[in-house]
This record gives sequence, C-alpha cells and structure tokens, in this order.
Amino acid sequence: MNWEIVIGLETHTQLSTASKIFSGASTAFGAAPNTQASAVDLALPGVLPVVNRGAVERAIRFGLAVGGAINRRSVFARKNYFYPDLPKGYQISQYEIPIVKGGAVVVATEAGEKTVRLVRAHLEEDAGKSLHEGLPGGAGDVSGIDLNRAGTPLLEIVSEPDMRSAAEAVAYAKTLHALVMWIGICDGNMQEGSFRCDANVSVRKPGAPLGTRCEIKNLNSFRFLQQAIEFEARRQIELIEDGGSVVQQTRLYDPERNETRSMRGKEEAHDYRYFPDPDLPPLAVDDAWIERVRLAMPELPEAMRARLATEHGIGAYDAAQLTASRELADYYAAACDALPARDATAHKLVANWVLGEFSAARNRSDVAIAAAPIPPARLAELLRRVADGTLSGSMAKNVFDQLWQAGSGSSTGAQVESVDAIIERRGLRQISDTGAIEALVEQVIAANAAIVADYRAGKEKAFNSLVGQVMKASKGKANPAQVNAVLRRKLG
Amino acid sequence: MQTIAELSRALSVRTLSCVELAQDALARIDAAGALNAFVTVDGARALDAARAADARLAREDAPPLTGIPIAHKDVFMTAGMRTTCASRMLADYVAPYDAHIVERLREAGTVLVGKTNMDEFAMGSSSETSYFGPVRNPWSTRCVPGGSSGGSAVAVAAGLIPAATGTDTGGSIRQPAALTGVCGIKPTYGVCSRYGLIAFASSLDTPGAFARSAEDCALLLTAMAGHDARDSTSLARPAEDYARSLRAPASAKPLARLRIGLPREYFREGLEREVAAAIEAALRELRALGATTVDVDLPMVKHAVPVYYVIAPAEASSNLSRFDGVRYGHRAERYADLEEMYCRTRAEGFGAEVKRRILVGTYVLSHGYYDAYYLKAQQVRRLIANDFARALAQCDVIAGPTAPTCAFDIGAKADDPVQMYLNDIFTIAANLTGMPAMSLPCGFTAGGLPIGLQLQGNYFDEARILDVAHRYQQATDWHRRSPPSPQPSPHGGDREQITAR
Repeated sequence: MNWEIVIGLETHTQLSTASKIFSGASTAFGAAPNTQASAVDLALPGVLPVVNRGAVERAIRFGLAVGGAINRRSVFARKNYFYPDLPKGYQISQYEIPIVKGGAVVVATEAGEKTVRLVRAHLEEDAGKSLHEGLPGGAGDVSGIDLNRAGTPLLEIVSEPDMRSAAEAVAYAKTLHALVMWIGICDGNMQEGSFRCDANVSVRKPGAPLGTRCEIKNLNSFRFLQQAIEFEARRQIELIEDGGSVVQQTRLYDPERNETRSMRGKEEAHDYRYFPDPDLPPLAVDDAWIERVRLAMPELPEAMRARLATEHGIGAYDAAQLTASRELADYYAAACDALPARDATAHKLVANWVLGEFSAARNRSDVAIAAAPIPPARLAELLRRVADGTLSGSMAKNVFDQLWQAGSGSSTGAQVESVDAIIERRGLRQISDTGAIEALVEQVIAANAAIVADYRAGKEKAFNSLVGQVMKASKGKANPAQVNAVLRRKLG
Repeated sequence: MQTIAELSRALSVRTLSCVELAQDALARIDAAGALNAFVTVDGARALDAARAADARLAREDAPPLTGIPIAHKDVFMTAGMRTTCASRMLADYVAPYDAHIVERLREAGTVLVGKTNMDEFAMGSSSETSYFGPVRNPWSTRCVPGGSSGGSAVAVAAGLIPAATGTDTGGSIRQPAALTGVCGIKPTYGVCSRYGLIAFASSLDTPGAFARSAEDCALLLTAMAGHDARDSTSLARPAEDYARSLRAPASAKPLARLRIGLPREYFREGLEREVAAAIEAALRELRALGATTVDVDLPMVKHAVPVYYVIAPAEASSNLSRFDGVRYGHRAERYADLEEMYCRTRAEGFGAEVKRRILVGTYVLSHGYYDAYYLKAQQVRRLIANDFARALAQCDVIAGPTAPTCAFDIGAKADDPVQMYLNDIFTIAANLTGMPAMSLPCGFTAGGLPIGLQLQGNYFDEARILDVAHRYQQATDWHRRSPPSPQPSPHGGDREQITAR
C-alpha cells in the first residue's frame, strides 16, 4: 500500500535589522545574558512598542521576491500566554491581516522544478530564552531567563501543504534559506537560530482528503528537518496500518534518539486570545514605499540564472552553481565587470575560475567570499593575462596561488604585488613569439633524433615527449598550443 | 487656595519663594494625612527641586510653571520615586525612568512633591480599591472622592497643591473632579503621550490634569501635550498654547455665537435631582453669557457602559499579564512550580476589582466569544463615535452632568460593581470616541457636596472647551469654594499604618 506524505512548513526567519522590532536594543547574537534587553524588552510597567521600519522593509522585500501581495494595511495582534521568557505575557504578532499574502517559491528537485505556494508571511517578535542548566550557583531547581533575544524581529513564512516528501521539504527550505540571504533580509545562520522551521506532516492515500496533521516544532537544521519528517511520516503510517488513527498534536524532534515526541495535544492547545494590539495602529505601507523597495531590490537568483544562460552563455549547471549564494554571484559579476572583454569566452573563463580554483582555494582555507584573499578585481587582472595569452593555464594557477598566499598574509591586500609585477619579476611571460618557438623546436628535433624517428614510425606518444622537451627547454614559458602547431609542421 | 496663574505671578515678582511654596504644600499634605490622598511624599526631593526653581527664577531663565508644586497619579513612572499603581503587586516598585508627561512637567518647572493615591491599577470610580486604603473626600470625609484618580482630585480640592496629574480611561479624571469640586481635563486621545503610564486599557487611557481653574488646566495641558516617538499612538501635531484664547478680555457676552448641544440622553432617569438642578442653573448662566443651546441626540450612547466594560477589561487582561512575579514586583514566597508561582503571585498581588476585570477581559477574548463580545463592542464603539460626530455638526460643544450623582458614602457601592460602573455613564463615551472633555464645578448639593458640569468637544477642541469653562468661571465662583480645613482625623496616623502594612 503506498502512502502520500503531505508537508507544509512554517519558517521563522530572523530579520537582519541592527535593532529589535519594537525597541532600540541591539539584536547582535552572543552577548552576555540580559545585556541587550531594554526597558521595552523587559516589559517594564509603562513602556510601549514602536515598530522598526527596517523590519517592515525587509518583509516587503520578501513579499516582492516571492511575488506575494503586500497588504497596504496589516495589523499587529497580541498572542496571550504566560511563560517566563515572554516578558509582556503576550507576543506581538500579525494574525488576521499579515503584511504579505500569497506568493510562491520555485524549488529544484530531482524530479524537476516544483512550485511551492505560500499562504502568507507575517512579522512578529521572538521570545527570550529559558536556561535550565549550567547556571552559576544554581541547583537543579533554578531556571534562568535571558531576554537578549526577546523582541528580535521575525518573519514567519507559511507555505501551503504542497510538499510530498522529506526531500522536497528540505529542497524548499534550502531554496527559501538561499533566497532570504540573497535578498539580504536574514543572515541565514542556522546554528544561531536565524532560520528555523516547524513542519506540519500528515499522510493519506493518494487522492484522499488531507489526513490529521502533527506539527513538529523548532527544526534548526536541514538534516533534522529531513529526519524528523521521515520519522513522523513513518510513525503515522505505522499507526494507521496498525488500526489506529493520528491525533492532532504538537511534537518535538529529539535528534539524539531520532524520534518525535508529543509536546501537547489539541485539547491542551492554548487559547491565545488574539486581539489587535491597541498600542500599535494598523501598519500602513503605501505604494511609494513598496516602489522604493522594489527599485532597491537585487536581481533575484532565478532571473540571474536565466540571464547568465542567455547573455553570458553559461550552462545551466554552472549558472545554478554561480547563483547558489548572493556573495558568489556578486563575486562573479564583479570579476566579469573588471575584465575589458565582455564576451562569452571571457565570461566562461571567469565562471570556470570562480567555480574552480577560487572555490577550491576558499574551501581549503575556509574563508568567506567577502574575506577572500583575492578580490574579484584581482582575479580579473589575472584572467586578463590568461585571455591575452601572456599566461598559460598552469602559469596562471601558479600566480593564483601566489596571490592567494600574499593576500592571506596582508590585512588590506593593498600591498600585494600586481599580477603584471609578479609575471615580470618571475619572468613568467609566456613565449608566443613564433620565431623563438621555431628555434626551440628545431633545437629539440636536432637533439632527439631517436624520438623523432619513433614519431615518424607512427608512435603518437613520441610527439608528446617532444612537446615536453620543448616546454622544458622554454622553462615552461612557451605557449603550448603554438608549440604543438610548430612541432607538427616541422615534423611534417 | 491660589491658582497656578496667581502663584506664578507671586513667584515671578519674588513675593513668594518656591521653597516657601513647597514647604507650605508639604505642611498641608502632612496635616491632611487623614484624606489619604498620597501614597508617597518626598519632602527632601521637593525642597531640592524648589531650591533649584528659586535659582532659576533668580537667573530669569525660568519656564512657565517654575516652582509650582505638583503631584503625579501613582500610575505614572517617576525615576527614583516609587510607582505603586496603588497595588500590592508594585508596592515597592521604583522605575528607572520618567513618564513622558512627568518629564514634560519637570521641564516646565514644576516641583514634584509626591505620588497620589488611586483605585488599584486605575480600576474604579471611588478610589476605594487602593492597596493603601481609600481616599476620603475633603467635603465630607465619609464620602468617596470618585475615582480612579481620587488622590489627585483630593490633593487639589483640599488645597494641598495647585495641580496634579491623572489618567482618564472611562472618566477617571472628570468624575473625581466633579465629586471634589475641581477642574479636570481629559484631552483628545493621542495629545498626551502614554509612555510611562501603567496601561489599564491602552485604547482608552488618557493622561490629563486637575487644577482649580480652567486657566490652570490650560497651562498644565500646554506643558504636557506634545508628540512622543516612544508612543505609537501619540499624535505629531504642532505645539499648541491651550490658554491662547483665555487672554482675551472679558466681555458681557463672551460666548455669543457658541452653540451648546444638550444630549437628551443625558437628562433622563438616573440623574439625581440636585445634580440636574445645578446643571440647569449652569446652562442658564452659559446662555446669559451669550451661548445658545440646542437639543442633540446620541441614540447609541446608552450602550457606552456595556461597550466599555467589554473593551476595557479585555485590554486590561492582556496589559496586566506582565505582572507575573518573574522580573519585578510582588512574587509569592512559596510555590512548588511555575504554575503555582504565577497563581499565588497574582492571587496575592491583585485586589478583588482588578481580578474581576481580568476575569471578564479573559472571558470576552476567549475563543468562540471574541466575535460576540470584543468585536461587537468595537463595532458599537464606532457607532457611538458616529453619534458624536453627527451631534457636533449641530453644535460646538456638548454640555451635561459629569456624573449622575454627587459623592457617595465610602462602602456604599463597593459590593455592587454595576452600580459603581453606572457612575461613569456620562464620561465613558469621550474615552470610546477619543474626544476631549472636562469637568468643572457648577454648584453644590444641599448637603454641601460638589457637582460637576461636563463639557465635551470635537477632536483637538481642548482650547475651545477651556475657553467656555474659563468664561463661565469669570462669571461664577464655584471653583473658588474650598472645603473646610482638614480636621485631625479620629483615625489619625491611619495613612502611615496603611502604608506600612
């Protein structure tokens, strides 16, 4: 009997504003507990929230990126419940009228492209953190509260139940993760909780109405997301096949035991007593604001992929690689811009180097693109000398390594020697002068009569040996293509 | 007791010093301890401020209210001076910051002497629900002064200080002003910032002021009003001098061309005979000053009290959630787990009326009841505002009684919340609409208890209301009557005991 798994995700994206959504306190991660909690975050008596326009702007950017509708008037509501890390006793969140309605994300899966529709995206504040272990001086019965995270802006992105496997859900989450970083609204740091998912999972026979769902809370890695969904779907299927039925629940995933556990059932669900927050007038977003955000919007990955294919002549695979992150795409674009020639050959050359040498070196030394020892302009400087034949591929790699090393050593890169200076100093200029190459070829033919005889007897390998001799005689500087051509001609 | 305007003149010509004025206020407050008008008095701080005020007057760089003693309702944050909201929950709470209006009034030169008593969390119409004991009416200490800002009203009525702040959520400035024979103004919602005011019902809470005259109210409001970026409901408007029209010389018919609307609904059953008579007399006086009166209808206003008692508790139930014992305020001493910590803390920290309203508010917001109660109440609220908009198209101001009765005996309505709530029947609408309103003294009952006239206006029409009240006060002297000097109370020392409990 085959089952269909139905998955919808609710993703909490921490917006990359410097200050909190309703207060001026910093959102930086990792400060000492409660040092980044203002009077508003502590919910002292008498304080009031003021909306951070930067958070609203990021929500608009997201809405535009996914083709959703931006509500000109959205409403902040209070979600009431008691918990020690929720200082006001309510969370301010958009409920009935969110800022973004609809939209969709196109996801590349093994079976091809899949469109995941979005229900909505709404602004809300994060809660603080409860610490139950490792408190200084605390016995087992003491809990601590850290309100540094309280009031951090979140955009909760709610998908339709459009995914049919854990792999699809992960592909959607990865695409969304790349998108929010691409448009600069979230740092994407999953270890720090900047991007976390709740998964709604149900199972059914294909064509049957939706089954009863369970919500798995707070999945903060793609691996956990995959494992939690797989476990939960199996659990539900087994339950039904054993004659039982799924009970609507909120569940937690335990990565150590790879299982989900019930947190609370439907009957224990809170009555959050939502109502519009009287401290905040409806959030008004006018057309002019939306237009400003639209104009400042970067080219989206999908559009850039298409452009790389049609305008740069880059293949689909390489285009997808180059647009995997905004930083890499920007790096590629900057290197292209710094080259004098802007043709398909030049673009292909840049793509090969960015995805090849550059990415390999970056992986080896584990540095961020922004901090890479070779900035895009410098790579362009190098590739210019490859394009004009000054450097052979192997010589260029040699110079690249030297630049990488020099750049890693210096903090600014300003003192790093120019590509041309290195070529000059190390005499790396490729010999492309036909006369000089002919002279070298003649020398080698004269000095290797036996090999020449082998070649003439039909041993193709002998030819390679002669090429090697010429290259050696030129100290590696002869243009290999020219050496090939001249040698063939001379050997007739 | 002199007005702010009179005291300011005396201070500026140096016939009176700020220190003398502050000492006088502190002595009066001390002598009137039996009224229980204050929760906290800080004499040393007041005298320091008074000395600084004298220095400023000497340097001649003094802002308009320099040296004027003032007290703030204990709902406003005052840095370094405790803010209790008259609740056990916050009995020892000291805020690290000043409320916006506290800041503004300090910058205007006022000398803060202390914090006034009130109904716990501003929930009440009698100032009896305070953790620090009931406030007494100086006109008859058997009676309540009204509420919730009863302490502020009494402090001004008894001549202890010339000015005090209050908050008005359903009449909490105007009703005690009426019951104690002083002026009290509730400006348009959004004119004074709510930052630093402990929220009761956020969409209704309005900071305002008590003083002896309309002119003084105008001076206070001019200092208090203004945009505050920390309150998203604070309105960005140009600064306004609310006393600007008051300076025009008095004339025989200063209110010529003024149309006063008289809502038929305000002159029906439930109105005490003596109150009705005093209001009629006041209207005759206003007509004599040139005003014409016109009957208006406010058909939806009969729903104001029930609408209010859905919306206000709903907002309160959420606003008071932060008092959970986790970060500040009262926390139960013994508890086995988190749930019990919450339950005991809140059971011990809140009084009966606060609990009643949290329960009602929680109920009306509950799943399945929201539409029938909260949403419906908001819809009726809009209809009430429409009524006022229509009425104010036919007239310039609306007049009527502030409260249906004069001051009642302490305890008389304490066990009957509905009777207590009905005392706000005429004041609540202005909170639901957000329109400005004030109460001014307009007579006394045979038993010597004050009666208040309420004037309501359209949005941002504070200056016009104040002008009408000022012209009335130029022609009458109700606002100059003072209650008998405070007698040593039979329960002398009451306040100290209550404060210490």
